[in-house]
Amino acid sequence: METTAAPLTMPAAPAGVDAARRRRHLIGVAILLVAACVLPFLVGNYRVFQLTLVLAYSIALLGLNMLTGYNGQISLGHGAFYAIGAYTAAILMDKFGMPYWMTIPIAGAVCLIAGFLFGLPALRLEGLYLALATFALGVAMPQILKHKSLEQWTGGVQGIVIVKPEAPEGLGLSQDQWLYFFTLAWVVLMFFIGWNLLRGRIGRAMVAIRDQPVAAQAMGVNTSLVKSLTFGVSALYTGVAGALGSIAIQFVAPDSFNIFLSITLVVGVVIGGLASISGAIYGAFFIQFIPNVADQISKAAPWAIYGIFLLAFMYAMPTGVAGFVRILRARLRR
Amino acid sequence: MTIVPLRPLRWLAASAALAVASLSPNVFAQAAKYGPGASATEIKLGQTMPYSGPASAYGTIGKLHQAYFKMINDNGGINGRKVNLISLDDGYSPPKTVEQVRRLVEQDEVLALFQTLGTPPNSAIHKYVNGKKVPHLLLATGATKWGDPKNFPWTMGFNLSYQSEGEIYAKWLLKTKPDAKVAILYQNDDYGKDVLKGVKDGLGAAGAKMIVKEATYEVTDPTVDSQIIALQGSGADTFINITTPKFGAQAVRKAWDSGWKPLHIINNVSASVGSVLIPAGLDKSVGLVTVQYYKDPNDPQWKDDPAMLEWRAFMGRYYKEGDPKDASNLYAYITAQTMVQILKQCGNDLTRENVMKQAASLKNFKSALLLPGMSMNTSPTDFFPIQQAQLAKFTGQLWQGFGDVISTGAQP
Amino acid sequence: MDQLIHQILSGLATGGIYASVALALVMIYQATHLVNFAQGELAMFATYLAWALIQAGVPYWGAFAITVVSAFVGGVLIERIIIRPVENAPILAVVIVFIALLVIFNSLAGWIFSYTIKPFPSPFPAEPLFGNSYVSSHELGSMAITLVVLLMLFVFFRYTPLGLAMRAAAQNPESSRLVGIRVGWMLALGWGLAAAIGAIAGMMVAPTVFLEPNMMGGILLYAFAGALLGGIDSPGGAVLGGFIVGVLENVVGAYVGTELKLTVALIVIVGVLVVRPSGLFGKVHVTRV
Repeated sequence: METTAAPLTMPAAPAGVDAARRRRHLIGVAILLVAACVLPFLVGNYRVFQLTLVLAYSIALLGLNMLTGYNGQISLGHGAFYAIGAYTAAILMDKFGMPYWMTIPIAGAVCLIAGFLFGLPALRLEGLYLALATFALGVAMPQILKHKSLEQWTGGVQGIVIVKPEAPEGLGLSQDQWLYFFTLAWVVLMFFIGWNLLRGRIGRAMVAIRDQPVAAQAMGVNTSLVKSLTFGVSALYTGVAGALGSIAIQFVAPDSFNIFLSITLVVGVVIGGLASISGAIYGAFFIQFIPNVADQISKAAPWAIYGIFLLAFMYAMPTGVAGFVRILRARLRR
Repeated sequence: MTIVPLRPLRWLAASAALAVASLSPNVFAQAAKYGPGASATEIKLGQTMPYSGPASAYGTIGKLHQAYFKMINDNGGINGRKVNLISLDDGYSPPKTVEQVRRLVEQDEVLALFQTLGTPPNSAIHKYVNGKKVPHLLLATGATKWGDPKNFPWTMGFNLSYQSEGEIYAKWLLKTKPDAKVAILYQNDDYGKDVLKGVKDGLGAAGAKMIVKEATYEVTDPTVDSQIIALQGSGADTFINITTPKFGAQAVRKAWDSGWKPLHIINNVSASVGSVLIPAGLDKSVGLVTVQYYKDPNDPQWKDDPAMLEWRAFMGRYYKEGDPKDASNLYAYITAQTMVQILKQCGNDLTRENVMKQAASLKNFKSALLLPGMSMNTSPTDFFPIQQAQLAKFTGQLWQGFGDVISTGAQP
Repeated sequence: MDQLIHQILSGLATGGIYASVALALVMIYQATHLVNFAQGELAMFATYLAWALIQAGVPYWGAFAITVVSAFVGGVLIERIIIRPVENAPILAVVIVFIALLVIFNSLAGWIFSYTIKPFPSPFPAEPLFGNSYVSSHELGSMAITLVVLLMLFVFFRYTPLGLAMRAAAQNPESSRLVGIRVGWMLALGWGLAAAIGAIAGMMVAPTVFLEPNMMGGILLYAFAGALLGGIDSPGGAVLGGFIVGVLENVVGAYVGTELKLTVALIVIVGVLVVRPSGLFGKVHVTRV
């Protein structure tokens, strides 16, 4: 199954224009950051909590986008890595008393290994067959988490309750606001790393493998290594997101991480825009808020409304919101 | 002469005394007290329900609540105040439950939560609501941990505790069939495991010898036929069926079709004649044993029961799209009656503290839809409203209660 | 030994369910080169239609026929109206459309028909064949029907001009257009056939698992696995794959334990795919550089 998304880079332009565009881009990001920092003081704690979830999802979507958008490997099971990240953080905090901020990189590392290990046998599988294998992973994960042998760590079906982190003294922030900023810091870090990765050699290798695997191999790209690594990195991102998300929700249970979560992540990536970094943010807003909007519109069949939203978005913007924005900008520039 | 006559002076003194008396706290106690979500005209309650997702069959409970409160409001409300129940979908997903409950508490500022459904969803918000001191009442789940006033003073369950149910079956087996070879099928989640724990605790040391085979299933499994075959193959002569309606029906039917005729104990959740036994086949359900604490709407023995007729009238008038064969609709009615009782007991003091206090002061509250002889009782140390049940056997037509009403006295 | 036979036979019965849904999945794939995730929900919705007809008094086979025809028409309409706008969109956008259909039909079914389980009648006698206690007549009957449908599909694709046109349209749309084949209508036809097969599958499945909006969820996964195991472009392979998955699921559940049934069964399937990435009977695709 090929994913024919438009590549991110535009055709080369004269040097001056390039620098001006980059400056505009940086200003745009700066404005966004300022807005993100001011927002939690303008809205109530409940909204701040929702925005924290949006931030966590955006990291997960960036990870999945790397794998599916940039590298062309479809995964219907990324909810499993979200679960592994969430449980890693929960177990470390609950059973080992580790402070919450230390659990995030460990969750990421565990998922990096898990993703890489899963990516290795998956190398042989293409398109649909990879989709099935990842689907299987997504479906099986809750059952694995409930298994007797892991029960003393995972708490079995009862799950694990996580203690909400306190905001540091003297900052005058509520717990929700502090968590928001903590998550925001991770978003900035992960997005920066991701942006660098995708811009550089590895990113180009990933895109090359997606579009022209044989040519890429002929040019000396180690396709197996890059593909497995991409799986690993993508899992790392999703694991970090899972850890952050679970700390915000303060609870993990096996059935929270069912196949619907994996499907929701795919929806987020496609709606946001494949092969785009900003798409992760659009997608995160969509998957967090549109179900609530649908619920407001129709109490009787809210998911039917959600489905109609999906259809509307796909008809109007088949390349996602980011793709649509790109088209708009190109039109305006002319 | 300017001497003031005595009588007017006495009147003056009397009215002064009255004025002073009116300042005393006694009179002020009649004035209303309102917490968040309550006013002179409205009482706001909140709940999350699985209107979508794997447990969506229970969504009818929330819909019945809406219909019930509409009926109450049409008849003047509670102490003159209309009840507004804000019911949100959580799809049986704990993260969504957390989000929705935070909205109900922080944005909608409800007076209390009522009948939030499901053990994982409620586990996710358990600490939060107690931290925020929001009454978390009459949870629609039977997990035993909801009756723990010492650690979670704001949470009170409703259902007969699942562990208590399991214990009842176990103790009955020990008494009537101590040499039984028991096979158990249970749903691989908190609900199934809770009943299982009750069974094992009830059997005690004898359990290791009596239980010959256990099998689980996931809600995503299409059928449980394979599990039934495996359980039958173990040679068990007693089968404890801990399932939800769809799988309960499949299990009953498959056991019969495979020629396996054990002593078949089925848990209360899957004992509804309309939702389970009719699809499975009434002839295949003869001899089933369960516990009950409320009347089954399909049971012919309650056909002319006044409480049942009242319920049917309500269904016909206010909840036409509800299924009168679905026992969940009867269960929901009883819970709504209980909530109304608690709110009535609050009188004009509608603060969260008082709501909790009244919830913990149910004295012999009888809903006429409970089985005869049963009533609800709570106290500051007893947060289990339902602690009675009666064993019943299915005759092919109706559930025939046998034995005494059992009191469980469950502990968390 | 008796246990094993019983499990295998029961596995074949469940496998029959998976096989029939897998057939519908393959049908769509053969016509459009896409896997329709909404297949299960469309089948479920069609089954509810049949149920409503039967409740209204229509005799079983009459309801059956009306449902199959309506499903066919419905499938054609869905392709023309809902899938057409995204025909040239990236493949994942089409996947999202399928997910949207899945969610819409599931939600609509729950709204219109409620979520309580409903018994669905079977056209086959209630007494098991020869009084055996292993498989019911209905299970045998559904397996037979699946095989009949498979045979009809085989004949249709292999020996009829229309079948040939459909295969051509899926494999090479440009060349097909040049030869005069109306590719758009071939796709619609493919969808119609898949929906009809799905409706038959739903009506065969419902008596066993009971009719409710979430009936097809668990089945779709195993059907998908079966279809891919057998080879997504081989109808016969898909049916065989469905049976294999059914037996595997039962045997693993009985002998390894039900708590890891899903995991082990799926590890085995993935393992097979790693060894034979195109499935047992699928065509191995060789791309020229």
